[in-house]
Amino acid sequence: MTTVLTGRELRKSFGRTQALRGANVSVSGGEILAVMGPSGSGKSTLLHCLGGVLRPDSGEVAFGEVRLDRLADRERSRLRRTSFGFVFQFGQLVPELPVLENIALPLLLEGRARRAALAEAAEWAARLGLDGLWDRLPAELSGGQVQLAAIARALVARPRVVFADEPTGALDSVAADEVMELLVDTVRDHDAAMIIVTHEPRVAAFADRTLIVRDGLDVQPVGAR
Amino acid sequence: MTVSHTLLGLLEEADRHGYDLKQAYDRRFGAAKPIRFGQVYRTLAQLVRDGLVEVVGVEPGAGPDRKRYAITPEGVTDLDRWLAEPEDPQPQLQTVLFTKVTLALMSGRPAGEFLDAQRLRHLDAMRVLTAARREAVSAKDALLADYRLFHVEADLRWIEHAAGRLPALAEEVDDDHGPDRS
Repeated sequence: MTTVLTGRELRKSFGRTQALRGANVSVSGGEILAVMGPSGSGKSTLLHCLGGVLRPDSGEVAFGEVRLDRLADRERSRLRRTSFGFVFQFGQLVPELPVLENIALPLLLEGRARRAALAEAAEWAARLGLDGLWDRLPAELSGGQVQLAAIARALVARPRVVFADEPTGALDSVAADEVMELLVDTVRDHDAAMIIVTHEPRVAAFADRTLIVRDGLDVQPVGAR
Repeated sequence: MTVSHTLLGLLEEADRHGYDLKQAYDRRFGAAKPIRFGQVYRTLAQLVRDGLVEVVGVEPGAGPDRKRYAITPEGVTDLDRWLAEPEDPQPQLQTVLFTKVTLALMSGRPAGEFLDAQRLRHLDAMRVLTAARREAVSAKDALLADYRLFHVEADLRWIEHAAGRLPALAEEVDDDHGPDRS
C-alpha cells in the first residue's frame, strides 16, 4: 500500500503547553488508523495538523508530493475541501439547512451546479440509510442520523483521506456500532484512508491499526507486534 | 453451578431424555464447548438426589433403557433463585495484570511499557471480535460476540486507568517495600 499522508517530527505548542513534541504518523491508501491516548495527550492536535486545520510549529506533513505545512492558508483550505473529509463528534451540520443541502455543501462550495450537487447528495443519503429524511433539519434528527449525514457530507466530494474526531462520542453503543459500520464500509468502498481519533476501544477495534499517543509523542511499545 | 441450572432450564422447557438434553444444550449453549455425555448424566444424578429433577418414565430401547427426566417444583424454585441472583464479575484476568504491574514496579521494570503492550494485545482481540461480530450470521451470535467485546473493553479501561495511576502506584509499592530494606 502506498503512503497517502505522513506526519514527521510534529511539534505544536499552545502558549506554554506543548501539545505535540515530535510525533510521527503515516497512513496508507485504504487504511483505517485509530489514534488513541488519554485526554491531553495531543491526539486531537495531531489530527488537526494532519488535516491541515492547524499548522505545526515544526515538522513535516506530506500529502503525496504536497507539503501541507508549507502551504499558504488559502491553498490549505482548498486542499481540505477537495481531498479531505471531516467527521466530528457532534456532526456539526449547519442547523438552518435541511439534511440534503448539508450533505451537498462541499460540492456547492466547490462551485458545482445546485441540481447536480443535490442529486449526488441524494445518492449518498440513500447509501447511508437517510431516505425520507432529506427535508429534515438537523435538530429533527437523532444523534445517529446526524452522524450519518455528517459522514455523507464528509464523503460526498470523494476525499482521499477522512478524518474522524470521536465520531461516536455522543452516541449510545448500539447507534455507535451502526455509525461505525457504515463509516468504515463507505470509506473502504471508496478506497480512501481514514484516521479516527477516539478514546473508545470499541471504535478503535474497527480500524486496521492503532497508534497510541502519549505526552505529544507516538508510543512504540516494547514487545508490541 | 451454571451447567446444572442450564439443564434445569432445558427441563423446564420440556421433559427430556439424557440424550435429548445434550443435543438441546449443545444447540443452545454449546457453541464454544459442547457438553460431554458423562457430565450430563452426572449432573442429572446430582439433580435427582437434590430433588430438583425426577425420573418420570423409563422406556426400553435397543441399547440401555432411556429414562425421561422432568423438573420438580423445587427445581423451578431453585432455577428462579439462580436466575434472579446477580453474578460477581470475574476478576481472574485483572488479578494477573495487577500482579504483573506490581511485580514490574517492585523490580524497577517498565510497567508502562508492559501496559502499552497489553493494551495493543487487547485491542487486537477486540479487532478480531469486532470482525467476528460483523460477520455473524445471526443476531444471537452477534450478541455473544458483543458480550465478549464489552468484557475485553472493561479490561482495557482498567489498563488505561492503571497507566494513569502508575506514579502513585510506584510510590506505594516503594513504601510497601520500605521496611524490608533495613
